[in-house]
Amino acid sequence: MSDDAERPAADRARAVRTRVLGGRTLVAGIPFVWLLVFFLLPFLVILKISVSEMDVAAVKDLVTWQNGRLAFDLHVGNYATLVTDDLYFLTYVASLKYAAVTTVLCLAIGYPFAYFMARARATVQPALLLLVMLPFWTSFLLRVYAWKGMLLQHGWAADLIEALGLDRALAAAGLIPGPGQLMNTPFSLVLGMTYTYLPFMILPLYSTLSKMDLRLLEAAADLGASAWVAFWTITVPLSRAGIVAGSMLVFIPCVGEYVIPELLGGPQTQMIGRTLWDEFFSNNDWPMACTVAVTMILLIIVPVAIFSRYRAEATERPA
Amino acid sequence: MSEVARRFFARAWLVLGYAFLYVPIVALVLYSFNDSSVPNVWHGFTLRWYGALASDDELLGGLWLSLKVAFVTACSSVVLGTLAAFALVRYRRFFGRTLFAGMVAAPLVMPEVIIGLSLLLMLVSAQRIFGVPERGMLTIWLGHLLLGLAYATVVVQARLSTLNVQLEEAAMDLGAHPWQVFHLVTLPLIAQALLSAWLLTFTLSLDDVVLSAFLSGPGATTMPLVIFSRARLGLNPTVNAVATLIVLVVSIGVLAASIIVARQERQRARDLAAAARA
Repeated sequence: MSDDAERPAADRARAVRTRVLGGRTLVAGIPFVWLLVFFLLPFLVILKISVSEMDVAAVKDLVTWQNGRLAFDLHVGNYATLVTDDLYFLTYVASLKYAAVTTVLCLAIGYPFAYFMARARATVQPALLLLVMLPFWTSFLLRVYAWKGMLLQHGWAADLIEALGLDRALAAAGLIPGPGQLMNTPFSLVLGMTYTYLPFMILPLYSTLSKMDLRLLEAAADLGASAWVAFWTITVPLSRAGIVAGSMLVFIPCVGEYVIPELLGGPQTQMIGRTLWDEFFSNNDWPMACTVAVTMILLIIVPVAIFSRYRAEATERPA
Repeated sequence: MSEVARRFFARAWLVLGYAFLYVPIVALVLYSFNDSSVPNVWHGFTLRWYGALASDDELLGGLWLSLKVAFVTACSSVVLGTLAAFALVRYRRFFGRTLFAGMVAAPLVMPEVIIGLSLLLMLVSAQRIFGVPERGMLTIWLGHLLLGLAYATVVVQARLSTLNVQLEEAAMDLGAHPWQVFHLVTLPLIAQALLSAWLLTFTLSLDDVVLSAFLSGPGATTMPLVIFSRARLGLNPTVNAVATLIVLVVSIGVLAASIIVARQERQRARDLAAAARA
């Protein structure tokens, strides 16, 4: 402190100038300011609109001058509707449910998949990895659309499922209304989401599993652990970062998914992303759409925080 | 489980997993050659849907707009993403770093309906105050850039964090200006990551439905929006034909890129070996 005070003013000014205008500030500053303006500011805007009232054509101002006094016009009615209206509440619960089921399915299919990839011969691993990435590069929209054709009557998947008698089991479980009706059901919705998000689960899992030190497993075997015990006490805990990151990469976007419920879901499977869309595009109710968005953010903010912590752990840990 | 059974199980799991990932794409391609307007019942081979595509002005107009947006998005995402990745990897401590890291990564998982809605409403407010921007290509680009920035940062960050800082320090000790260090040392080392970031953000932008739906204006309909509105109504063979062409172009592109990368890797390994011998 005293050092600073004694330093001549010109020196200090120069130090400040190089700090502010130096390359370092520009490198971090440009994307930082960009994100503040185009990512953070929009959230504040929808927060404001969610407590505003809608005029005929525009959203009313929150704060106005009336007779020389500052007047606040805060409406929390939208939030009250959201909490008291069963339809909204059930939609939130359904979104969380479908996202959770999808995450569990992706983990159940993806973990063994990533494990076997990581233990395959080193020479084939790049090809296996490329094959996982390739669908990711081809249009997501078109791959979801493909399921529509496959699940309708006489589609490939529909024929296979009926031949195996699986549709009766699905109907018995209440996932489809009856045998032969696969499309626009909870089943087709979860199938579509699992299919779409599976690579997002496999890739982080593969990257943690392939980095694992296999000597640990040898040591465990030398000490008498069976392969099964070694798997659960060594491999799974060491891949925790991959499990968490992958699960969040699947769960969070699924909660707000719009395209898949719209193309593969049905009237039964209303999800929150679709509700937001309908409020905005069909009902033109901007404040309500914003309220839905704000509450959706509240739902996912904890998972997002977990995700960024584990992502940081995975990328910033010295290799 | 015996070793043989385990190996069989592993192989079966991988094969079924890849089948799950690829069968829908194969079905999409096959049914683009189906001579029936109901694309899930086979009625013989035809190319007529490709013919229909050539005169489909709505789709072709959408494609042209999508390509323009994707090109601009990819270039700008790589530039901003490289800056962001540099800041995150090289500057361990700066004001607001946690907030910055969070904002960069959030679009990776944030539901697109939220990003689209919030950005649109902010832009509408801005338009009311400043008179700009008009909804159209520019606003679509702003949305795609948020998504592209996040992905580009991840890709470049992964490469940067494996770089040996000593190379840059050596250049600096030898008197290179920071810009020269970046230009002559860092850039060639991360060129591959920049290329894959460019390709990734290009395809992401080319594919996006939700952000474009919120941010597009009258007359600015991208190709995915056209496809989506048709897919919503039911099955449409022209959609299958477009899909086939996209799959073809992407597969060729990705395969070519990975062959080039593999060749460069081998070349580098040979160079290193030669250097070690010398």
